[in-house]
Amino acid sequence: MSDNLIRDKILELKALAEKASLDISREIADLEAKLRPASPQKNEAWRRVELARHPERPTTLQYAEEIFDDFLELHGDRTFADDPAMVGGIALLRGRPVTFFGHQKGRNMKDNLKRNFGMAHPEGYRKALRLARQAAKFGRPILTFIDTPGAYPGVTGEDRGISQAIALNMKEFSELPVPIVATILGEGGSGGAIGIGLADIVLMMENAYYSVITPEGCASILLRDSSKAPLSAQLLRLTPRDLLTFRVIDRIVKEPPGGAHKNIPAAAATLKADILTSLEVVSRRSVESMLAQRHEKFLSLGVFQEQEPRRKGFLQRLREIF
Amino acid sequence: MRFNTIQGWIRGLTDHPVQRKRDERLFIDEKNSCPSCQRPLTAAELEVTLYVCPHCGHHFRLTAWERIRYTADEGVFQEFSSDMESTNPLEFPDYLEKLAAAERKTGVKEAVVTGLCKVNGREVVLAVMDFRFIGGSMGSVVGEKIMRAMLIGAEKKVPVIVFTSSGGARMQEGILSLMQMAKTAVATQALEKSRCPYFVILTDPTTAGVLASFAMLGDVILAEPGALMRFAGARVVAGTIREKVPENFPLSQYHFERGFIDRVVPRGELKKTLGFLLDTHVIAQGGRG
Repeated sequence: MSDNLIRDKILELKALAEKASLDISREIADLEAKLRPASPQKNEAWRRVELARHPERPTTLQYAEEIFDDFLELHGDRTFADDPAMVGGIALLRGRPVTFFGHQKGRNMKDNLKRNFGMAHPEGYRKALRLARQAAKFGRPILTFIDTPGAYPGVTGEDRGISQAIALNMKEFSELPVPIVATILGEGGSGGAIGIGLADIVLMMENAYYSVITPEGCASILLRDSSKAPLSAQLLRLTPRDLLTFRVIDRIVKEPPGGAHKNIPAAAATLKADILTSLEVVSRRSVESMLAQRHEKFLSLGVFQEQEPRRKGFLQRLREIF
Repeated sequence: MRFNTIQGWIRGLTDHPVQRKRDERLFIDEKNSCPSCQRPLTAAELEVTLYVCPHCGHHFRLTAWERIRYTADEGVFQEFSSDMESTNPLEFPDYLEKLAAAERKTGVKEAVVTGLCKVNGREVVLAVMDFRFIGGSMGSVVGEKIMRAMLIGAEKKVPVIVFTSSGGARMQEGILSLMQMAKTAVATQALEKSRCPYFVILTDPTTAGVLASFAMLGDVILAEPGALMRFAGARVVAGTIREKVPENFPLSQYHFERGFIDRVVPRGELKKTLGFLLDTHVIAQGGRG
């Protein structure tokens, strides 16, 4: 079977299992095992994509267990439902109260069906916004954890306004008067990622990716061949090192050899240290200067050219407008 | 697994409907009939009806400058950043060639034209996207021009009107195009602070990275009839979750029924509606006008 056939088979099985509420994680694991060694054209970008998607990769709740002294999960968007693909709550981080939320993937097939493979619905993004506003009210710093192939693209997402939910989060997060530190744990999938990705400091695990589109999607659209995903992973410049050069992220979080799943406590300890340092840096800023820097960080992203550069003037004038 | 969310469906647009839509105008020239209802129709008639079929009400796509001509009062359109051009930050294969071809084909330098003009006698900042330019996709230039349009509006305290038409983020600029979603969303806060009215008109098609950022953040959101509006395209949906979604779904009326846009406004009534909105927002600007 070719990789694509196997992938199709896996998707088919998942859909079937969803319909019949069956646990077929073993069958799927078998199929996925066939997939892994077959991936062609090993390259750094593709290796990181594969590690980011590793079935044993630690999830948001696993990191929460490791990083926080204690935490209490809170549920629901107060409008429609609770989205198990987005988790969040209040936690104690070295004795200090913080608010956290992030995408949640499952650890097995049954869990993944419940978690919708980490693809959140609008109510997930609205739950995140509710928790973020609550954090602002009580002056708690916010930690967000990104790990999603993308926001849920189906009709139920459209029906409840996935575009509006993501757009509003970006707008509102830019004004929250508390420090925000975002971490890309595994998959930083497009709009689903940036929907909780607007932050003062953006950290990224060493084996994570952050991209406007999945390598497969890019391959099938621009290269007209979805099996060229490893090549498009390179072209998209989605590795932590690339993103650091584009100033899209601020720091790469070191992982244990072989990836975070090889030693979860060690990976979490490093991440915890980097989060603490980041919070310390942002907390030193006054609210005014923190927001000004946050605005500037995102308003200045992009690469283009013009004959008479006016950009500098623009950014200087920003402060007066905001 | 194919989890191509934001932009995957661009292909759906560039391969099928775009081809069809691009040919729409040629179709009229060649066959002298409406591609939608097949009834007799000439280009000259369409000029008069603002490119709306008088028989079936089909709204043809407009170029940025056609839209500006139909929206702005006669006189001056002071264009912003007309010299701004895309580079190839990712060194993505064939991107520069694609940009050059798009410019040759469309006569515009990028997928959005922004500027200062008057609508019904009132000064506004107008931004109009052009779908013919690489599917109206948003890269660094589109994001920057939209952001500047908003900041100029906020600074001058004049309303900002944006006509959207886009396949989403521009893949060839990778993560930088994703960041334009955040950038334009943050820029709308400048309009909040200066209490500047921000009106969006969604035209066919407005999808993915553009729909999920500045397009959904207007104080008032209007849409043209029959405008495709979706977060993810049929191909992505099929490739990711095995759900079958019709190619041309959902349209503006669908979102209107679900409460995500204020009104679906036929093109012929747009200027009147915008005029009313501008008139009723004078006080918010501190009594100007």
